Amino acid sequence: MIAERTAAGSGALIGYLPVGFPDLQTSIDAAVALGENGVDVIELGLPYSDPVMDGTVIQKATQQALANGFRLRHGFEAVAAITARIDIPVLVMTYWNPVIQFGVDRFADELVDAGGAGLITPDLVPDEAAEWLAASDRTELDRVFLAAPSSTDVRLRQAVERSRGFVYAVSTMGITGARSDVDSAARSLVGRLRTAGATSTCVGLGISTPEQVAEVLDYADGAIVGSLLVNALAEGGVPAVARAAAHLATGK
Amino acid sequence: MSEHGSLRDEAGPYFGEYGGRFVPESLIAALDELDAAYTSAKVDPVFQEELAELHRTYTGRPSIITEVPRFGEHAGGARIILKREDLNHTGSHKINNVIGQALIARRLGKTRLIAETGAGQHGVATATAAALFGMECVVYMGEVDTERQALNVARMRLLGATVIPVKTGSRTLKDAINDALRDWVANVENTHYLLGTVAGPHPFPVMVRDFHKIIGEEARAQVLELTGALPDAVTACVGGGSNAMGIFHAFLDDASVALYGYEAAGEGHLTEKHAATITRGRPGVLHGARSYLLQDEDGQTIESHSISAGLDYPGVGPEHAWLADIGRAKYLPITDDEAMQALRLLSLTEGIIPAIESAHALAGTIKLGKELGPDATILVNLSGRGDKDMETAGKYFDILDAEALAAEDVAEIDGAER
Repeated sequence: MIAERTAAGSGALIGYLPVGFPDLQTSIDAAVALGENGVDVIELGLPYSDPVMDGTVIQKATQQALANGFRLRHGFEAVAAITARIDIPVLVMTYWNPVIQFGVDRFADELVDAGGAGLITPDLVPDEAAEWLAASDRTELDRVFLAAPSSTDVRLRQAVERSRGFVYAVSTMGITGARSDVDSAARSLVGRLRTAGATSTCVGLGISTPEQVAEVLDYADGAIVGSLLVNALAEGGVPAVARAAAHLATGK
Repeated sequence: MSEHGSLRDEAGPYFGEYGGRFVPESLIAALDELDAAYTSAKVDPVFQEELAELHRTYTGRPSIITEVPRFGEHAGGARIILKREDLNHTGSHKINNVIGQALIARRLGKTRLIAETGAGQHGVATATAAALFGMECVVYMGEVDTERQALNVARMRLLGATVIPVKTGSRTLKDAINDALRDWVANVENTHYLLGTVAGPHPFPVMVRDFHKIIGEEARAQVLELTGALPDAVTACVGGGSNAMGIFHAFLDDASVALYGYEAAGEGHLTEKHAATITRGRPGVLHGARSYLLQDEDGQTIESHSISAGLDYPGVGPEHAWLADIGRAKYLPITDDEAMQALRLLSLTEGIIPAIESAHALAGTIKLGKELGPDATILVNLSGRGDKDMETAGKYFDILDAEALAAEDVAEIDGAER
């Protein structure tokens, strides 16, 4: 999908929402609304008790989902429900402990059964990922590792070689949350990733306006938006998410 | 003594299947930088001399050992010897690690120290080192803990630190660690995260252990000098496990010395209110390392409970997980009440008021002494003093001033009427 968008010269818009916020059904409807309003790939977050990569907006939402009784099986249910309604790749973003506890192979198999495209793993670096590399090779799921401005060239090459689907370029040294400027570090990181052999690089962290999306898509293959969409969902429900997605996608 | 050769040589990042680095990619460069700086400092005589000098003139090392025969009468008549980490500057073993890491941070050119704290002991120690070295200091502390430990908040502020109450998650120690990690990701250029226990991503578990292993090295020589023999057992409390690793390490290759770690069982390790991570948990990943942790079926971390804020943590250092699995150390649960009774017993029999954390080790030692009998010698790590726990102990034993209690009652009644 991302390769298609890049070939078409437009670049991909990737939208993040957590499962179970504000409740399971609404989170499914909201993800479908993303797909119907110009988002090309859905990044579906699994709520976790200790999300060290997330800023306050996403922390609040995932904490509420957990308080409302989120269970891992809801994640697979949500992926299945979304992919049954719209034809769009759904990547699951999850911290690593829930996957280990579920069983890495079992997790991969159930994700395939649900129609999921792969995993984004914010606290799993390729160095620790032997089990996941094997399971994703077996099931042909995508695996998205992160690359940071502080990563050495050797580590960037490793992220490129180990990732499938795309490499997640962290735009800034920090955590999720809207920022007024997307760091110039992002542009340089994407350049370094291309030198390291990356064919598909998406930029995330801090992106929240159509202008920022356009700016990022000028040099990267995709732009990832999260906190803005979560905020929209919190404040105005599914219609607000739909409007926010359309605004990001078209600038209108 | 094992297929590993010496058990004292474990250098990470793994201890058996435990340890590692489960962190965002953004932190890997900082961990590599820290690892390199620590590895070179370890063999640098200038660094070692700096550290030794600070321990002599600031920490107050070597700490003494104290034999406690009147307490020992209640522990099966066993010969009980306390390693007095409670006498260190700032009141606990925590300063050993803090001084070491602060020196490393200075070598790295970092100007800002951040730390997590539960009860406030590690926060106070970090604020102390920051004041000593002229560094900026930010301490993350769960909002619940800032309320429970207001005096330690004042101490940190007096030392020039900024204390940030953490309002996310369970608003306790584990969430303070999460926020410290988030801060570090964003400010890693000028900031060192001074982690306070033998947990977290590599190199923290080995580095923190190494800064505390002086406890066991001193104590081993001191006990040998006093008794002419090694102790039969060494005991310590285990939350994250830094004081226990510190005293265990020197004895790991002494096959005749049994090692006991006492976990906080809160209201009982078979209830839902405990912090007995090795006793009741199972392996998983939390705060950057694979180890035992308290978690539900889905791998969500479960909140721990203990009367002792310093042991109130749902994880444990990876080296302890490994020592438990290979059977080199035993980890047993001690309830709140057992710890509090031991706290009172040491106070009454020896005139030493221990921290509630350390009282868990004392309570375990009472049971162990009864098992081993009067011929046994047991070395206990008295990791901290009880000054910080006076409010908790006062309430627990109902020994606060009668008039103040009466005044509180009136205030409560007034509050209820409004």
